[in-house]
Amino acid sequence: MALLTIQNLSLGYDSHTILEDLNFVVNKGDYLCIVGENGSGKTTLVKTLLHLQEPLKGQILIDDGLKKNEIGYLPQQTIVQKDFPASVKEIVLSGCQGQCGLRPFYNKEEKALAEKNMERMGISALKSSCYRELSGGQQQRVLLARALCATRKLLLLDEPVSGLDPKVTSEMYELIAQLNQEGITIIMISHDIAAALRYADHILHIGDTVFFGTKEEYIESDAGKFFLAQQKGGDI
Amino acid sequence: MLDKLGMYLSYPFVRYALVVGILIALCSSLLGVTLVLKRFSFIGDGLSHVAFGAMAIAAVLNITNNMVIILPITIISAILLLRTGQNAKIKGDAAIAMISVGALAFGYLLMNIFSTSSNLSGDVCSTLFGSTSILTLTKKEVWLCIALSVAVIIIFFLFYNKIFAVTFDESFSRVTGIKAGSYNLMIAIIIAVIIVLAMNLVGSLLISALVIFPALSAMRLFRSFKKVTIFSAILSVVCAFSGMIISILAGTPVGSTIVAVDVFAFAICYIAGMIKGGMLK
Repeated sequence: MALLTIQNLSLGYDSHTILEDLNFVVNKGDYLCIVGENGSGKTTLVKTLLHLQEPLKGQILIDDGLKKNEIGYLPQQTIVQKDFPASVKEIVLSGCQGQCGLRPFYNKEEKALAEKNMERMGISALKSSCYRELSGGQQQRVLLARALCATRKLLLLDEPVSGLDPKVTSEMYELIAQLNQEGITIIMISHDIAAALRYADHILHIGDTVFFGTKEEYIESDAGKFFLAQQKGGDI
Repeated sequence: MLDKLGMYLSYPFVRYALVVGILIALCSSLLGVTLVLKRFSFIGDGLSHVAFGAMAIAAVLNITNNMVIILPITIISAILLLRTGQNAKIKGDAAIAMISVGALAFGYLLMNIFSTSSNLSGDVCSTLFGSTSILTLTKKEVWLCIALSVAVIIIFFLFYNKIFAVTFDESFSRVTGIKAGSYNLMIAIIIAVIIVLAMNLVGSLLISALVIFPALSAMRLFRSFKKVTIFSAILSVVCAFSGMIISILAGTPVGSTIVAVDVFAFAICYIAGMIKGGMLK
């Protein structure tokens, strides 16, 4: 059974529809990359998947024992966070909030989970450092560790490498690929099509033409060919 | 000088004022960090003007226990302001400015038209700058202040981790199942309560100072949310206490003295932060 099944989903704001009749399936262990031009509704799609926003039409079915609050989310950074006085440990721990319910304080298991995930992301040494003084790559690792505290199964990443330099970017991709190999399902938004094709196994292309399939199918498809040609011409 | 202080402290109303002042300072600093970080620094100012307007209504209606009117009106305004912050036609800062000056103007207008007092400008001045109202609290008001302050402190303590999560990243906490909307609502109500309490201490024009200065000072020096919160609470209490003592001894107005001490403390923290930062580099 699929982890996520999206049926006839339409999304947008108020009466303004951005995307219509979207259908796709995410299975356990998949690495899905959502690509598309700016303004094609990638972030809106993720927000809808996370129930931060209601879909205009259609359904998002969650299965395989995944609970609604067991999705790890790596949002794009907000301005508020740029000068937020918080230690790395405090932020990673806040990923455990979902398990806490109404209990006011974290218990031992949650603290251990936070430690484990900081180690996994290689940021244990930065534990007491201040978030705002870290480099962009380190900040992303902190937020990734926090997301891992919230989930064991599914990570949703919204442009995880935006604003990072090439070296840190490839480190970040390797890290995500490694998590995928450990069995975590990944859904990533990106406009870096080259990386999407290198790491992902499924591609969802949204925009004027919508495509969903494996990456091999995508390279052969018209949407894929067009987008690839465009990016090669534009970016490099 | 100590004799003079001792003499003042032997009056119960001075002791009440000190206790209430310290509690209010403690409460107001707790949420300061959240407000500053959420870019809501000005909300305190807006709400205090609303509270001023409400107080004018209470005065006109001749209601002696004016908390009955001020508290609900301020709470409702706080909820409206924080709610509209997310999806409103008039954006956050404009909405605050609109409500705050509107309330201020109507408050003064009401007081001017209907006031029975012979010393109108004195009345207005004391609601705006607090002057002596902290010393004239009745026993009932003192207990109300203490009860509300303790409630605020307990709630803050119990929900500390949730407040942190919602402040740092609202969408992430929504995804993990925190009802961010309810917590924003809770924060709004607590702010309103604090503002109404703090009106007694520093008057409605100076409340924002009480809320934001300790937080800003602490943010200069510390790097974790917990330390910032603790330090701003301590700093706020110390400033309020020394401000009140100075004002008793020097005969200066309570509110503005406390705020002056807060500003002074901020300057020290700012310099200390620069030195500390310089040493790290």
